[in-house]
Amino acid sequence: MGPYTVFRKMVRIFMTTRIHIPDRSMTRARALGAATAVLGLLLLAGVPAVAEVDLSGSWAARNHEDSQLRFQGPSAVDYTGLPLNESGRARALSYSQSQLAEPERVCLFYAPYYMMIGPFGIRMWSEADPHTGTVISWQIGGWEDRAPTTIWMDGRPHPPKNAPHEKGGFTTGEWEGNVLTTYTTHFKAGYVRRNGAPTSDEATMTEHFIRHGDILTITTLVDDPVYFSEPVYWSRTFQLEPTPIPAMGPPCIQGDEGTKEGVVPHYLPGKNPWVDEMTTKFHIPREAVLGGAETMYPEFRKKMKDKYVQPDPCKRDCLGNQGGAAALAVQ
Amino acid sequence: MTGYWVSIVTEDWRYRMVTPPKGDYQSVPMTMESRKVADAWDPAKDEAAGEQCKSYGAAGIMRIPERLHISWQDDNTLKMDIDAGTQTRVFHFGDWKSPGGEATWQGDSVAQWDPPRGGRGGPEAEGGGSSGSLKIMTTHMKAGYLRKNGVPYSANATMTEYYDVVRERSGDLWLILTSIVQDPQYLREPFMISTHYRKQADASGWDPTPCSARW
Repeated sequence: MGPYTVFRKMVRIFMTTRIHIPDRSMTRARALGAATAVLGLLLLAGVPAVAEVDLSGSWAARNHEDSQLRFQGPSAVDYTGLPLNESGRARALSYSQSQLAEPERVCLFYAPYYMMIGPFGIRMWSEADPHTGTVISWQIGGWEDRAPTTIWMDGRPHPPKNAPHEKGGFTTGEWEGNVLTTYTTHFKAGYVRRNGAPTSDEATMTEHFIRHGDILTITTLVDDPVYFSEPVYWSRTFQLEPTPIPAMGPPCIQGDEGTKEGVVPHYLPGKNPWVDEMTTKFHIPREAVLGGAETMYPEFRKKMKDKYVQPDPCKRDCLGNQGGAAALAVQ
Repeated sequence: MTGYWVSIVTEDWRYRMVTPPKGDYQSVPMTMESRKVADAWDPAKDEAAGEQCKSYGAAGIMRIPERLHISWQDDNTLKMDIDAGTQTRVFHFGDWKSPGGEATWQGDSVAQWDPPRGGRGGPEAEGGGSSGSLKIMTTHMKAGYLRKNGVPYSANATMTEYYDVVRERSGDLWLILTSIVQDPQYLREPFMISTHYRKQADASGWDPTPCSARW
């Protein structure tokens, strides 16, 4: 809570409470003066307490990193830099893109962390209690396919462990200095990369919203005891955008695209035909392609040094790798 | 912020963990002139010119998988040693003036806490997380590479960085770096990325290596 919030609350308390001193009641004017004095002391003391930063506005994604993953999508088997455990890897390798044709799975890419792995900008706004002015929640909307995320700021607890899970999960937030920290539970199983690398319905997500002028940096930690051996972490950059980003994009609509009933498209163990695509195309060793926590650390780079041969320049199907066009901001 | 930090490479993996193919510049808002320069990238020439550290300059080095050791050199100088390329960045607080002279790989960096607090003794919240940011402005850099495969930045490039420390539920501390490189010659728009590092308890894994033009 910052000094100005303290000031507002004190004024509210003074204005609604008669404070008795020996011979007379404090007038409202005196109360306001007292609150102002306290504010002055707080400011002079430089008390940072808990700051609140205005995060409201339209924030365009600056896709200057991971643009292939966020635009065109990853190779069918590319789990580099993902801390998949054996179960996660097995599940990922069983994934067939044809699952997207199934009504049950067509929207599985839109877990709450899609804000970070997709290319879209976001719009943030707060909702306040009409009587006290206290922020009850922050809302994050603006990207396609799913409803806005509500970040509850009023201290309400998370649902019980066995409560139903929703697509967007349940999120609470609190200010830590100038940083808004949020925690999300109760979201459904989804895909952490658009090639079937999974998260389970036991995954949780912690995010930090850090504003520097017109730049917003968001970090996301996704922990999953079922499919990860340690958390995955991303940080992304957004920039304040004068053109409003829609608060709600078109939803992901579940529909039958013709998959035969009772059939789940998949690959059996050892039968995924794309497992060597990254090795063939980019010379990335298979042990890196298949991911795992080890692939996130500098030591892994040293391990690959003698195994990697730089490929020749790409001549066709280069996935926009010439730079520039794919790096544009996307609302 | 002082201590040892390790890069956790979950983003731009194919551009950071290996040297990408010549001509593969995805995500970087390059100008046409920049592409021409990058298309002519020749690591052998860099080696012959003694410029094998071109991808270890301030605007490129923070994306290399590496470990950082951050410490106070004195009350107004924060030092960042980096094991990749055995480089050192120096951040000057207060009324520091550049000595001028030839540009260097790491350039001249002026630091301030945001909100302002002076030099040493900047904001640190209870438990080690940060209640403010460290802002660094870097100029006077020798021309170098944003990426190993020759994506260039010019000697006129400038870089603004924000360093924030956040604490996760596990208790782990993470250093979050938001960097903005501006270079009208080689970038069509400011190049904005964020990079993250996890705090280490000690110097485990610290492994200074020389610059390499090829790896």
